[in-house]
Amino acid sequence: MNKQHSGELKDFMKGFNLRHLINQDSNLLRLFIMLFVVFTIMSAVKPHLFLKSDNFISMAYQFPEYGVLSIAMMLSMLTGGVDLSIVGVSNLSGILTAIMLSKMIPQDAAPGYILFMIILAVLMALAVGTLCGLFNGFVISKIGVPAILATLGSMQLFTGIALVLTNGRIVTGIPIMYSNLGNTAVWGILPVPLILYILSAIVISSLLSKTSFGLELYMMGTNPTASRFSGINNTKVTMLTYMTSGILAAVAGLIVVARTNSAKADFGTSYTLQTVLISLLGGVNPNGGFGTVAGVTVAILILQFLSSGFNMFPSISNFIKDLIWGLVLILVMVFNYYSNKYAQKRAISKRSKEFAQKTM
Amino acid sequence: MKKLLRTNEFYIFLILLLLCVFIQIQSGQFFTRNNIVDMLRAMIVPGIFSIGVLMVLVSGGIDVSFTAIALLSMYAATRLLMIWHYEGNVILAFIISGAIGLFLGLINAALIAFFDLPTLIVTLGTSSIFTGFMQGVLHSREISDIPKTMINFSKIDLIRVYNAKLGISSGLPAVFLILVGLIIIAWFILNYTMLGRGIYALGGDRIAAQRAGFNIIKIQFFIYSFVGFISGIAGMTRTIMMANLHPTNLMGMELTVIASVVLGGTRITGGHGTITGTMLGVALVTIMSNSLILMGIPTFWQKFFTGVLILIGTGVSAYQSMKQKNTLHGVEIDEKELEKV
Repeated sequence: MNKQHSGELKDFMKGFNLRHLINQDSNLLRLFIMLFVVFTIMSAVKPHLFLKSDNFISMAYQFPEYGVLSIAMMLSMLTGGVDLSIVGVSNLSGILTAIMLSKMIPQDAAPGYILFMIILAVLMALAVGTLCGLFNGFVISKIGVPAILATLGSMQLFTGIALVLTNGRIVTGIPIMYSNLGNTAVWGILPVPLILYILSAIVISSLLSKTSFGLELYMMGTNPTASRFSGINNTKVTMLTYMTSGILAAVAGLIVVARTNSAKADFGTSYTLQTVLISLLGGVNPNGGFGTVAGVTVAILILQFLSSGFNMFPSISNFIKDLIWGLVLILVMVFNYYSNKYAQKRAISKRSKEFAQKTM
Repeated sequence: MKKLLRTNEFYIFLILLLLCVFIQIQSGQFFTRNNIVDMLRAMIVPGIFSIGVLMVLVSGGIDVSFTAIALLSMYAATRLLMIWHYEGNVILAFIISGAIGLFLGLINAALIAFFDLPTLIVTLGTSSIFTGFMQGVLHSREISDIPKTMINFSKIDLIRVYNAKLGISSGLPAVFLILVGLIIIAWFILNYTMLGRGIYALGGDRIAAQRAGFNIIKIQFFIYSFVGFISGIAGMTRTIMMANLHPTNLMGMELTVIASVVLGGTRITGGHGTITGTMLGVALVTIMSNSLILMGIPTFWQKFFTGVLILIGTGVSAYQSMKQKNTLHGVEIDEKELEKV
């Protein structure tokens, strides 16, 4: 029993072993090299600004909100779909949280009561995310609408509901106790949003690699027909996937509300395409079936280093970032095209050599 | 008659009619000459875009970069004319904008055809590059003093109607003819040329199309550069209609246009779609989003209703095609029976 347990632990630790991960996946190695190159260039050009602990702390506050969204996007892309509604879900649950926290807590409430309401609001936000995700999953798997259209429609729907709820205005008046969560760090170094990101990453990566649901998800993404005939309930897997992505979107919404101390129906609309970009850069196959949380995490760091680095050049406008991100995306795709072609060629020549040896 | 009942267009037309009658009953102002002219006017730019989107969707691809192309080409063309102090015929404005759009479309086409990359990702990337280039390199800003020749052209109306009761007049600008012309060209290409057959074949089954002798690379090159060209024209049309250049106001329109094309019965999986259906879809979305005020609904509801419309529209056709798939050769196949096996 004890032995088995330690074996499991070893397996578990293997997941975090860098070398093991890199051996598994040449894409991750490429990403680490890219990360290193970006880091080195930024550090070399602006060492007095980039290599400051302040800089890294501010990055740790910045990336979790779109980081969690990127993991959500990755999940839907693993099934071969895409979830364009995550920003809508995140804003909707954020707005409901903000409304609840600002309207239902009296001015002179006791700290205990405020805490209770915060927990209630967080649970409600997660429930809203779950429902929105289930709705997407239902439309995609039961009605058969292609994911891109279904989530395009539900994005408008969720954003529409958020707009109607707020009349297009910003919701403010959130108790300080809650907004403190978004702007403080545990032990002075671990910002709460960062902790939430790490938690989501660990949960999702173990969900994908340690559970049968994860295996079914990858199989369905690779070939839905084959997975159906091997006894996998595709409808259920799709529903669960979009539900998880909805929950993650709600988590991102909670982070945004805590960080900005407000909620708005059209917050972060550019995040939709940004998260697709991050997923692709992180090696997620847009046709489904391939991609890891580790890859996405490194991609997030690359983009965060790039954008924080560019912020240090006042002469470069913010808009150049769009240009560079687009270029990076296309270059990565073209590079993948050539490397896949090369790998294919090598595999074919190897097989034909083996074949020749056998026949001789 | 039976054939008519089976077409998608017929049902979209019915829904459109119902919507119009509903708005008429609610407000009593839908079937006024003013309102109809206003609706036609509002349809011009989304209508032009939708022609390109239709072609892309029929071929089994998707393009989200067309608004970025439109913005960049209209901005660059207008700036060029301003630098040259151009005073001549307005046609040159369209030619330059269309040519820039064509060039940008060629970039998409090359990436898609030569590297065989997913169309969504390529156009996502290039749209980011194009807007980044316009805002970061060209330092785009609002231009309110666009060249005289463009302003003069914007004042030409085909029809001008005046409502004495409300004291407002509405005009249908001459650029409406561009939409009509493009519709005729696209209709001809899709229905009466080998190229059009090729586009449908490519969307239906890529490998089958290749075996049948269609040159996939050539077809893809045509589609994406044509979309680029059309987007350039649409951008210039927009600038002229507004008599003002706003470098961001088309952003986010791409999803609505794609949605209206799909509402018109075009399948996002490729192979199906008609110009008539597309125009009905555009009319449906335009009328709905422009008539909320007439119906007495606050404009905050616009997004909500667009979402509902997309979900219902795509849901009905998806449900139908799923049912169709399950009745192979006229035999109903029970999903549950299949799962038992």
